[in-house]
Amino acid sequence: MSFEALFDPRGVVVAGASSHPGKFGFVALHNILACGYQGAVAASNREGEVVLGVSTVRDLDELDEGVYDLVFVCTPAAANEDVLRACARKGIRAAFVTSAGYGEAGEAGVDAERKLTALADELGMLLAGPNGQGVISTPSKLCAQIVAPYPPGGRIGIASQSGNFVSSFMNLAAQTGVGVSRAVSAGNAAATTVADYLEWYAQDPHTSVSLAYLEGVRDGRELFERLRAVTAIKPLVVLKGGTTSGGQRAAASHTGSLASDDRIFDGMCRQAGITRAFDVEEAFEAAATFATQPLPRGPRTVVVTTAGGWGVVTADAITASELELLALPDDLRDAIDEHLPPRWSRNNPIDLAGGETRDTIPEVLRLVAEHPEVDAIVYLGLGIQSNQARLMRAGPFFADHGLDRIVAYHERQDARFAQAAAEISVATGKPILTATELATADPDNAGPATVRASGRLCYPSAHRAVRALEHLWRDARHRGADGARRERGSGGADRLDRASDG
Amino acid sequence: MPTLSEADSKSLLARHGVPLLDERVVSDPAAAVAAAREIGFPVVAKLCGAAIAHKTERGLVRLHLGDDAAVHAAAGDLLARATVDDGAVGVLVAPMVSGSRELIAGLLTDPQFGPCVMLGVGGVLAEAIADVVFRLAPLTEADADSMIAELRTQALLGPFRGEPAVDRAGLRAVLLGLSQLAIANAGVRSVDLNPLVVSALDGRPIAVDALVELAA
Repeated sequence: MSFEALFDPRGVVVAGASSHPGKFGFVALHNILACGYQGAVAASNREGEVVLGVSTVRDLDELDEGVYDLVFVCTPAAANEDVLRACARKGIRAAFVTSAGYGEAGEAGVDAERKLTALADELGMLLAGPNGQGVISTPSKLCAQIVAPYPPGGRIGIASQSGNFVSSFMNLAAQTGVGVSRAVSAGNAAATTVADYLEWYAQDPHTSVSLAYLEGVRDGRELFERLRAVTAIKPLVVLKGGTTSGGQRAAASHTGSLASDDRIFDGMCRQAGITRAFDVEEAFEAAATFATQPLPRGPRTVVVTTAGGWGVVTADAITASELELLALPDDLRDAIDEHLPPRWSRNNPIDLAGGETRDTIPEVLRLVAEHPEVDAIVYLGLGIQSNQARLMRAGPFFADHGLDRIVAYHERQDARFAQAAAEISVATGKPILTATELATADPDNAGPATVRASGRLCYPSAHRAVRALEHLWRDARHRGADGARRERGSGGADRLDRASDG
Repeated sequence: MPTLSEADSKSLLARHGVPLLDERVVSDPAAAVAAAREIGFPVVAKLCGAAIAHKTERGLVRLHLGDDAAVHAAAGDLLARATVDDGAVGVLVAPMVSGSRELIAGLLTDPQFGPCVMLGVGGVLAEAIADVVFRLAPLTEADADSMIAELRTQALLGPFRGEPAVDRAGLRAVLLGLSQLAIANAGVRSVDLNPLVVSALDGRPIAVDALVELAA
């Protein structure tokens, strides 16, 4: 199937473009034109009106041949057979059908969906949808969807059985700056399922991790085999709806899905090396972490903090997880002693206890990251100085009391620390996760703002950083066990050397 | 659904590598005594047949039989309790396993995921504790180990009230054996090893009862 035609089309046709800004046929054309798509754009409209500066055709047969690869279908279901046939004649190889009135709409709809699928098959056309919200592809600056947003570019590939989860994940991408490569709402998934998209993402050089929302499972065994093959290539994060009896009733009415015991699904995820998340933030943050941090080589984690209480709570979170709170090695303790007055915690968490001077944080981060017994770092306390700077800048004394120098210094320092965390992580190949509530409480703070500029996620809490790191460690462990098994079996390569996309 | 007798269930499981105890099925009290002597006292005796599923409820299990006389009497009594509906029956003589911890393991056929191996915490509180993990058959050794590691009640798997830690290699062998059975024999619909008693002696998990259900 021509996924390239769907995600990187040379040209796009909107079938059923509307001049009414409230209609999907208008919104789809608007979004394609507004987000920077560089390919040819055409549209059809019954009246042949000009919509958003595009002279529409009344009849798709008027289109040039060989210019367009994708048709975005907003026409009523009854018109779609003619639309697809006309598009096929023009060399179009993929259709995203947003029209409703198919499998979700009773017996007649199910029948129409069956016919649509057979037609796409006959025409050799990739059929996405029907009843889906659309497709995003940042390498092509393509925003072919009937909703917002258009996310920043990045390495996360999204596929969802529910279009609104695509929007949710992309809203979080826009908020955090950790971007998206491709995103698609599978709609009714009549011909192309979430697993199909995930298989393509696994081979897509623009995608380094996939993020999927699943509700129903048609053939669990087949899904297991296919997703296991996907995770052998790239990490896969799955959010599954319908894990409780209440959620299952909702799923049955939403996508008509019947559920197995959730504990079986959970076991399947473990076995297939799928990273399973239980809410939308956890799912996005796990994917964002895979996309921006190297995989840890082990569970041994060190907390570096500028304040004691945060360290204690984070130590609790690590201890309750599958990560290990590393007992600080003697040589590392001695090395840190050189940089700090004696009141520092002298154990893990490394609480600097206010003993730091200008260069202490980057120096300590480097010492810890370079130590061979350390696999990962959680860094807390970024942005405190800039938070004070903000208060000074907004206060009545800023203008006349020479505060501008200290304010600039504070902001420079937090930017340096954030930059150092990213650079040391890349240099050592070890994950360093920076967590502060300022990431959401004051995203303009120089600390979190610089984390974002480094392309990484600034975690809104230490717990969420620990959870994300635990997901990375599980994936790395699975990959290691899997690699070892393959090596024993067939001499295959160890895949632990996956490069950071930092 | 048709089921196999406990003895047939166990012999099928043993052929697929599920570790089981040295057990004998005999047809009269004298043979039961001979079997008990070979196995070593104390033993348990149960009435066993393809149509017998709920032995405990019917009083068809005799525990802690310490000598010839006890075995002889128990076997005679069990055989006398067999009804016409029970069909062909025998007396199963097995070593008496004691341990305060019980696990459950088994196999089930999920409509979407097919054969799945199950491991859980057993005993009278099992349903309330609901500490159960699943994997799809076939299992690798790593899958089996991760199932064991995933039980929430890990404290139960370590040394416990003077009893040794659970023999994890033995538990892994149970899970891998169930997996092998599922793959080799598509006619098996479910297997219930309940309870899987953790021996107070050496921590080995021992299936003291087994029920294999065949596809109709």
